[in-house]
Amino acid sequence: MIRLLIRDLALAVRAGGGFGLGLAFFLIVIVLVPFGVGPETVLLARIAPGILWIGALLACLLSLDRIFQLDFEDGSLDLLATAPIPMEGVVAVKALAHWLTTGLPLVMAAPFLGVMLNLPGPGYAWLVLSLVLGTPALSMIGAFGAALTVGLKRGGLLLSLLVLPLYVPTLIYGTEVARRGAEGLAVATPLALLAGITLAAVALLPFAAAAALRVNLR
Amino acid sequence: MGGLLEVKDLTVQRGGIAVLSGVGFTLDAGAALILRGANGSGKTTLLRTVAGLQPPMAGTVRVAPDAIAYAAHADGVKAVLTVAENLRFWAGVYGSVAIEDALAAFDLGGLAERPAQALSAGQKRRLGLARLIVTGRPVWVLDEPTVSLDRAAVGLFASAVQAHLAAGGAALIATHIDLGIDAAELDVTPCRAIATTAQGVFDEAFR
Amino acid sequence: MSIWEYANPLKFMGWTAPLVPVLWVLSGIALTVGLIWGFFLTPDDYRMGATVKIIYIHVPSAMMAINAWVMMLVTSLIWLIRRHHVSALAAKAAAPVGMIMTVVALISGAIWGQPMWGTWWAWDPRLTSFLILFLFYLGYMAMWAAIDDPDTAADLTSVLCLVGSVFAVLSRYAVNFWNQGLHQGASLSLDSEENVHDVFWLPLLVVLAGFVLLFLALVLVRTRTEIRARRLHAIALRERMG
Repeated sequence: MIRLLIRDLALAVRAGGGFGLGLAFFLIVIVLVPFGVGPETVLLARIAPGILWIGALLACLLSLDRIFQLDFEDGSLDLLATAPIPMEGVVAVKALAHWLTTGLPLVMAAPFLGVMLNLPGPGYAWLVLSLVLGTPALSMIGAFGAALTVGLKRGGLLLSLLVLPLYVPTLIYGTEVARRGAEGLAVATPLALLAGITLAAVALLPFAAAAALRVNLR
Repeated sequence: MGGLLEVKDLTVQRGGIAVLSGVGFTLDAGAALILRGANGSGKTTLLRTVAGLQPPMAGTVRVAPDAIAYAAHADGVKAVLTVAENLRFWAGVYGSVAIEDALAAFDLGGLAERPAQALSAGQKRRLGLARLIVTGRPVWVLDEPTVSLDRAAVGLFASAVQAHLAAGGAALIATHIDLGIDAAELDVTPCRAIATTAQGVFDEAFR
Repeated sequence: MSIWEYANPLKFMGWTAPLVPVLWVLSGIALTVGLIWGFFLTPDDYRMGATVKIIYIHVPSAMMAINAWVMMLVTSLIWLIRRHHVSALAAKAAAPVGMIMTVVALISGAIWGQPMWGTWWAWDPRLTSFLILFLFYLGYMAMWAAIDDPDTAADLTSVLCLVGSVFAVLSRYAVNFWNQGLHQGASLSLDSEENVHDVFWLPLLVVLAGFVLLFLALVLVRTRTEIRARRLHAIALRERMG
């Protein structure tokens, strides 16, 4: 399975892998926000945690369909299905690879973009922590959506429609941690709930996604 | 005691409709079976069912777990990885390390460091077939393995299959050409499911 | 004879054929009686005036919106476990009905909310939850529409329905956490202090029964249509394959 992870990472960072696209998208979304709502620093500071979370979520969404689509098209997925790796493992590894190539760079970029939105000082640590805890759930839920839509010709749009409602709890708890952190309030409750959602998604969704993949392969 | 692969009274389906029914054969160690039949006769569906990618509608496929190496039209070759990287990945997945034998068997030694996107269709196919050797699995299930191979490459493939059989493996191959392998043949045309009969519990319901 | 015998498509078509008109008539009677009783024969609320009467649309449709999803969850599970085609088709048939119920609940809520809260829409937890439920219905129906092979579609939508149900519940709690809201408490809980008064309650029960019957009638009709469509699909496929 470690082999699969290494291969997926190699595929992502080499030419045509789309690595960095999500990051650039994240940057553009954040740059566009002040154009939309005006440059007042007070307003930007107040909405910064939410905007950063939504930007990260959309950037994450952008690359979801690549998780399985390319492997499905070139036959790798058939071969992986007959290989001595459980399908659940394939899903988990691919979601992890997606997180490492998309989620983690977003987490690292978020504080810098936070400066541009005038995020208050105490907010940075909580923003990063909430993204570190929350983005794995975004990747895992996205992998589930990608597994459902992998066989479809126009899967990309449907994928967004399926996945975005599933992102609601993660988004709510994630922004709540970042917002309360920025305002200097207690964050323990939303932090625990956010971690709980991520752990549950990582523990359970590989099974659902693997079931969906098996259906799509037959 | 049966062979490596035993297929009994198998009915395979596509889109909920039976395509082939009553398919039965046994593959012993060292034996190969060539599947014949026109395009669209259900060979691919049969092979995918045997490989466990789709459930049979009726009948049984008896094979040891993790015994089958499947190869289809799509090679699963990643364009941005080199030949050696592609093979090493599959070798890693199957828990073997050496890829030299596989490279040699399909005459890929000189191409090992070339990215797969720079390969011709036939070379890519050879790479896809070389994967079979690194799986180390006894039963090869191959769907049209010789597509886009030239005559020399078909020869390489035939000798690879023969070496595999000599080592106690077995092969189930759907192909239209004569490989020059000593193998039994099975024409699937007579197994074609007759459309009007009740086809299992599901379809009967929607007659 | 096992209960599952009734799930055979031929048998299902047989026993539902006489049932559908009965359901239409009963739901028609219950809705007519309940709505007339509710709209014209109950007093105006001392606090909310005549606007209170929209509960006769709002509450039943909101309840059916949730019940429809629960029914889809149950039928999806039956399909995944027992592979009864009628079950999967019933789930497919219930989705648009449930979605319409959700829309009716949202719109009637907005109409009620305007005079009560002075706004058509508020990001109140209940309203927001229903909006999310609406999105789930949309995704579920889009999934059915996007897949050609009926068994594949049934499998994938069932998995989606299971996962979606879990996330719907999670979203409900998350939304509650996010905003405490304006919405009044449950209207129909059995032992609650805040329960609506008996005068309103009885006609509400009648209307609710009418909505349940209407839902059953619609779902049965739609399921029967799906079964016929499925039969056509099978015939067409067979023709093509000779």
